[in-house]
Amino acid sequence: MSYRLVWRKAVNVVMLSLTGLCALTSLSVLFFILGYLIWKGGSHLSWSFLTHLPAPVGEEGGGMANAIVGSGKLLLIAALTGIPVGFLGGVYLAEFGGKTFSFLVRYTADLLNGVPSIVMGIFAYTIVVMPMGHFSALAGGLALGVMLIPIVVRSTEEFLRAVPITLREGALALGATKWRAVATVIVPAAFQGIATGMLLSLARVAGETAPLLFTSFSNQFWSSGFNQPTASLPVMIYTYAISPYDDWHRQAWAAGLLLLALVLMANVGARLLLSRRVATPR
Amino acid sequence: MATVMRDFNLLEEPLKEKPDLPKSPKEAVNPLEPKFRVSNLNVFYGATQALHNVSLEIPPNRITALIGPSGCGKTSFLRVLNRMHETVSTSRVEGQVLLGEQNILTMDVTQLRRRVGMVFQKSNPFPKSIFENVAYGLRVNGWHRKGTLHDAVEASLRRAALWEEVKDHLHKSAYALSGGQQQRLCIARALAIEPEVLLLDEPCSALDPIATAKIEELLFRLKEICTIVIVTHNMQQAARVSEFTGFFLLGKLIEFNKTAVIFKTPARKETEDYITGRFG
Repeated sequence: MSYRLVWRKAVNVVMLSLTGLCALTSLSVLFFILGYLIWKGGSHLSWSFLTHLPAPVGEEGGGMANAIVGSGKLLLIAALTGIPVGFLGGVYLAEFGGKTFSFLVRYTADLLNGVPSIVMGIFAYTIVVMPMGHFSALAGGLALGVMLIPIVVRSTEEFLRAVPITLREGALALGATKWRAVATVIVPAAFQGIATGMLLSLARVAGETAPLLFTSFSNQFWSSGFNQPTASLPVMIYTYAISPYDDWHRQAWAAGLLLLALVLMANVGARLLLSRRVATPR
Repeated sequence: MATVMRDFNLLEEPLKEKPDLPKSPKEAVNPLEPKFRVSNLNVFYGATQALHNVSLEIPPNRITALIGPSGCGKTSFLRVLNRMHETVSTSRVEGQVLLGEQNILTMDVTQLRRRVGMVFQKSNPFPKSIFENVAYGLRVNGWHRKGTLHDAVEASLRRAALWEEVKDHLHKSAYALSGGQQQRLCIARALAIEPEVLLLDEPCSALDPIATAKIEELLFRLKEICTIVIVTHNMQQAARVSEFTGFFLLGKLIEFNKTAVIFKTPARKETEDYITGRFG
């Protein structure tokens, strides 16, 4: 065997192993994090953790019920504000948009998607917190909602574009207006995909911490309504993790495990929703 | 190889003579008022011209077949008749198309499509139930009475010769039907709003001979209630089902006449060549 041939074979083997190793690394990161969270926080994840308020400093026990509900509230506001805007924007891009304006919107959505989340926090702080004079769930929810918009716009657009042109023509040929065809044939045909995109985008922002730090802030107690500072899982994790108390550290791990589990469940649920074939739409 | 050469020759030498249209088609081919009067129709997609100066009168309650090789403009022509060409944003139309006395190019497009239905090459049932597919056209055209809606759906399915096959599972997904059934469902869907004209764009090209025969039989009966224009690649089909045939080549209408004349004694050399299979 010539030297050249040996060299080529060696490069081949090295590169194959290298790519394989990197693939394995990206795969194992998730399992490593999950395993570590279970090891550190699994024992603290109990019924009382889910149902009790945080205990005062120095007392053992307590839970994060308010943060779980708080995260739910924030996501609700985010969904109510970000999803309709993102969805209808995506419909416009896929179905009605002209060339130049669509390009502009699409490009802006991609840029908005890349805006660091802490900047979104500052934005919401300036727009909502400053005029209101205090932190609130509303401000945090809006910050997350703004983050949802570009993700939902693009996923809605993609799924609508995947609907075959023949369906559009079929509806139009029956005398339907463009909007009627979109609302009654095209959107329903893409609905599973669009809903999946929405769910994934919510899972994506559920773990955001930076935009909440100075919008919804945090709270050791229940907050009523949407007008008060509100606890949320990511901010609780942050607060507890940098505290000097061992018990709080363990609770931070447990909260991390809980948050990751919720996000994973949303992801898996979304995939299942998407993989189910359109069998018998009634 | 010879046929290929012929094709190239045709491309290089544009037709010199004007198509030999019947002098007065109204009297020559049909005693009744034509359904469509098309005069000097030019269709452009961006910079390319798909149709050149097509003039044609489509007789009512007859089946008119449009034949010609791929890319000859027959589908473009068909799509102008209910303005489906407008789904391509770069398209542009010149000339006049009258439906009865109305210029279709200036009338409300939803009104036009309500009167001129279309069935596509690939069956395209909506992802809804069989019932909802047929009811769709009625619903978008403002039909809300529930009881009569069911009757209208049944009537359309009967007319499309599909009722007996689907009457027990009207609320199942349309996707559960076979290809031929789906195409008949699309015909039923188009018939539900009682169009005056039914345009069919190669409706059988994806179907087996049995399903094709069913649809052809159906067309025969449908001409009682509407005018039918069918684009087909299949010359036997054109000969079997139609009373009038138009032959398109390179964006021009070469010849239009009674089907028997086109197939037995065509006036033009190109028509004869195409029909005898010498090119295309």
